[in-house]
Amino acid sequence: MNGLTFDIAHLLAGSLVLVSFMMLYQDRLFALINVFALHAMVLALSVAWQAYIQDAHHLYITAAIALVFKAIVIPVGLHRIIQRLGIHRDIETAVGIGPTMLAGIGLVTLSMVLMLRVTPEADPLAREDLAFALSIILLGLLVMVTRRNAVSQVVGFMSLENGLVLAATGAKGMPLVVEISVAFSILIAFIVIGVFLFRIRERFDSVDVGALDDYRGERQ
Amino acid sequence: MISTVAVLLWGLAALLATAVLAGAVSRRAFATRLVYGTALVISAALLVTVASHLASNSGEVSAITLPLGLPWTGARFRLDGLSAFFLIVVNLGGTITSLYGLGYGQHESAPHRVLPFYPAFLAGMNLVVLANDAFAFLLSWEFMSLASWALVMSHHRDEANRRAAYIYLVMASFGTLALLLAFGLLAGPAGTYAFDAMRTAQPGPLAAGAVLALMLLGAGSKAGLVPLHAWLPLAHPAAPSHVSALMSGIMTKVAIYGFIRVVFDLLGAPAWWSGVVVLLLGGITAVLGILHALMEKDLKRLLAYSTIENIGVIFASLGLALAFKANAMPSAAALAFTAALFHVLNHSFFKSLLFFGAGTVLTATGERDMEKLGGLIHRMPVTSFVFLVGCVSISALPPFNGFASEWLAFQAILQSPELPQWGLKVIVPAVGGMLALSAALAAACFVKAFGITFLGRARSAVVERTHEVDRWSLAAMAVLAVFCLLAGILPGLVIDGLSSATLPLIGDRMPVQAAQPWLSIVPIAESRSSYNGLLVFVFITISASLAAFFIHRFASHALRRGIAWGCGFDQAAPAAQYTAASFAQPIRRVFGGFAFRAREAVDMPAPGALEPAHIKVDMHDVAWETFYQPIAGAIDFATERLNYLQFLTIRRYLTLVFLYLVILLLVLALWP
Amino acid sequence: MAVIFQLAVQGAQMLLVLLLAPLLIGFVRKVKARLLRRQGPSLIQPYRDLIRLMRKEVVLAENASWLFRVTPYLIFAATWVAAALVPTFAAGLQFSWTADLIVIVALLGSARFFQALAGMDVGTSFGGIGASREVMIASLAEPAMLLIVFSLALVAGATQLSTVAAFMGSPEVGLRVSLGMSAIALVMVAIAENARIPVDNPATHLELTMVHEAMILEYSGRHLAMIELATFLKLVLYVSLISCVFLPWGLAHAGAGPKALALGAVAYLVKLAVLAILLAVFETAVAKMRVFRVPDFLGAALMLALLGTLLLFVSRSL
Repeated sequence: MNGLTFDIAHLLAGSLVLVSFMMLYQDRLFALINVFALHAMVLALSVAWQAYIQDAHHLYITAAIALVFKAIVIPVGLHRIIQRLGIHRDIETAVGIGPTMLAGIGLVTLSMVLMLRVTPEADPLAREDLAFALSIILLGLLVMVTRRNAVSQVVGFMSLENGLVLAATGAKGMPLVVEISVAFSILIAFIVIGVFLFRIRERFDSVDVGALDDYRGERQ
Repeated sequence: MISTVAVLLWGLAALLATAVLAGAVSRRAFATRLVYGTALVISAALLVTVASHLASNSGEVSAITLPLGLPWTGARFRLDGLSAFFLIVVNLGGTITSLYGLGYGQHESAPHRVLPFYPAFLAGMNLVVLANDAFAFLLSWEFMSLASWALVMSHHRDEANRRAAYIYLVMASFGTLALLLAFGLLAGPAGTYAFDAMRTAQPGPLAAGAVLALMLLGAGSKAGLVPLHAWLPLAHPAAPSHVSALMSGIMTKVAIYGFIRVVFDLLGAPAWWSGVVVLLLGGITAVLGILHALMEKDLKRLLAYSTIENIGVIFASLGLALAFKANAMPSAAALAFTAALFHVLNHSFFKSLLFFGAGTVLTATGERDMEKLGGLIHRMPVTSFVFLVGCVSISALPPFNGFASEWLAFQAILQSPELPQWGLKVIVPAVGGMLALSAALAAACFVKAFGITFLGRARSAVVERTHEVDRWSLAAMAVLAVFCLLAGILPGLVIDGLSSATLPLIGDRMPVQAAQPWLSIVPIAESRSSYNGLLVFVFITISASLAAFFIHRFASHALRRGIAWGCGFDQAAPAAQYTAASFAQPIRRVFGGFAFRAREAVDMPAPGALEPAHIKVDMHDVAWETFYQPIAGAIDFATERLNYLQFLTIRRYLTLVFLYLVILLLVLALWP
Repeated sequence: MAVIFQLAVQGAQMLLVLLLAPLLIGFVRKVKARLLRRQGPSLIQPYRDLIRLMRKEVVLAENASWLFRVTPYLIFAATWVAAALVPTFAAGLQFSWTADLIVIVALLGSARFFQALAGMDVGTSFGGIGASREVMIASLAEPAMLLIVFSLALVAGATQLSTVAAFMGSPEVGLRVSLGMSAIALVMVAIAENARIPVDNPATHLELTMVHEAMILEYSGRHLAMIELATFLKLVLYVSLISCVFLPWGLAHAGAGPKALALGAVAYLVKLAVLAILLAVFETAVAKMRVFRVPDFLGAALMLALLGTLLLFVSRSL
């Protein structure tokens, strides 16, 4: 494989991991959403590059979906929601930023070691793509676990989905249907969660999901 | 022609005789001078003997069997490259400590509790390094432990010292037990207690793993490896300062010798995961040790915790050497091993120097609490200068010696991407990060130690009355300071000297450094990395002098003394200065939650109220609470129960003995 | 003859960094002022400041010891030596093998060690506050810097700056994401080490926020001039480091002739100007953070550097 094509694919996939880390670092909601938009943008670039080097035109559609929906529509929507709901703009983290980043490093290491060990035969680009994709998925989960605020959990979830898309595009021959269905399921999930947010907010005057615990009947 | 090891043993016999003599005359006025003087002469003689042995026939092994000890084994002693290096460390430390003791010992309140045990302690450490069978090794090890325990107990009227000594005794027995089991495993079913036999026998992988674990427990607890470190910052500072220097600077190195001797020499080819274990333990020890040191306000305890950090650095390098050795990369292993040994030597220099400095401060002021000191630089200029040299060296700053060995360790880390195992690939850079973190924290810690103790204004009245101490102590510290600088600017000579210790154990050595131009050190190739401590030193000196000359020639000379800026207030009280605790506060807030589960509680009075605000910081030593307290509780519980056995009738005692005999016979009968 | 030429080039480098240092600061200040639509002081104002400080008398605190008076020269010497060992316009100079990147980092560490001590010497709260915060920042910035060195060394196979620069200029480097991470981390460390916004504000003397300025608050006259010059040199050092490692174009290599050297010098000046403008724009665009937010910032740099190193360790076997 040509050195430069590999390098650019590597760079884009790696920057996606980097942007995931930036998400872990944010402590303001708006900044988090902006970083998420950046995440989606890098994803779109990465997918488009894959489309170019694999000569797979349907991937351009995936890239366009990522760009339009995830980099523009959803962030703008989230901005609106936050403004409408008047949500507190600091993110309350359940764990401090330092330990979270440390855990993130551990997760990236884990996924690198795991993926590179189980796929010794695949070509280097796919191996690396898979390893990066797994890291992004785990980091997305980490964002969801360590944040108390529902909006940031939504963002974490969607960055996780970006990881799935990266994995899907890295593996050659994944049909378009799968990707579109993934993309739409995410969109639906976003709508559901949006509605859900409004409901929590109406009930409890807060989007801190901790507030829900008080109503489970287990605590006094 | 009498062999070198026999000469050394005669010297040790002389040391033991000095101990006995000291026991006899210890209450006389001349005893202090006599004992330390004799110890000084004998240690220097031992040092010269070993050094001349190394210089004349390096690599030559000299062995002897004495008809002592168990009747069918005898006691074997042996001198090879590794033991020669550690003998140099021990006896160099012994010589300079005795020099210091000539002055410091005069201020001792109860010399009869120190003098008899001091030469015995020195002899014990020498014997451990010379021992060539398990029996002699364990006996010398126990002798060394007991002698040092007696020295820790020398100020036994203090409750805290008694407690420290008790914990030390428990830990020392625990460590010896672990060593005993390790040698039992090494001896195997044949029961060969000689090291030569162990060296040829190859234990199975399970036994080898068990021996490594037991050595980490036994030698690691003596050296202060986390989580077995908790006794060390209690016991080392409790002893008189020159003994603290010996315990921290030298005895921990003897423990490291024990670890190297068994794991690198007797155990045969290591498994790759043993490197992972040692590396990780080393890295964690380094970071936790120095973080604890940063939180201390007692100068001697701070130094003891910093010993733990340095032990961590040494163990991390040893782990790296193990990993390289397991993967048949001898030149990289030699680099890592040399870094470890170099750091052993360096730490023995600067830790002794710093403990001596703490001792002189203690003599002059009677204080170990830094928050009662301050401004000593005006009262004790020589002490503060040599202490500063020690601080710079231990903080791994060029051109002093601490930096040279850390630099070698970093170079060894950079060799590691070639390692094939995934575990090592991930662990090594993480441990590299930990070592870098601990080096930076060490610099912070010693800025605090020097800044709070020697700089600023006096925080209590005692400081105003202090003055410089005697010449012996100052001479000892000055010698060490010179060594720190020399080892830093001429590291190539030290590295070449270490080759005779590295070659037999690793099978390779670092390239000869003396051949390099301008005395620089080059681990692999000049295009990869090189360091020239001498030139860095010369450059700094020249540019500083140039700047000073230029300023002197062209700039203004005017100088006026004025009061320091206090926001428009008059001279603020010395209590308004930063204290040790406030200096460490930012670092505590960054790392404290992680390392000590630190919690701060601020009690702020209402606006307008006149009572003072309070801040309470709650910190825990996690290792103490998770390892020591359960063990101590179990021991207390067991002794409580067994205490019952002391009040039985004779018939019951006989019954017990009888039952025990029957059980043993039963076991024998039923053994397959 | 060749040796004399080499020595002359090395000497030129030492003088160059020394003479350029105040100019760079002046340039950054000027750009910042223009961005704020102010006129700003002249470009050579830092030189005038230094000369004025040299001519003034020293007011020494009553409690100051010999350490306080020696420290400015030590700081200056250590920083100057370190700055002279970083390739500016040419790599592979006569004395470049004296010290590798680790040594340069450690030399700056020595300078900081003495600066923190000098801050504590007078015995005021300001010195203590500055020293304590400085060592906190350093305790995170130094490991981050060393990890950056590790990743550079893994890519280039050397910690020797000339070799690293030569390798980074060769086409076999490629675009590596771990190098990108190292570059970002290096910029973050450089900002913290030079006490620039958002970590510290070089223009403030507000007690609660200053770090570097608090340590040197008691210095005056020629001593202050030395320390200021060392601070300027440190900025030049970091800017040269970033440009020689990540923008190695135009760097003259070992044994190059006068023509290549001249080209290298022009390229170096352009790189300095570009990076200085970037620094000024960045400083104008962001706000200073709270002191206890700085550990997060530097922690992020540390993590980035660690991640870059880990990725390299793992991917080298690919």
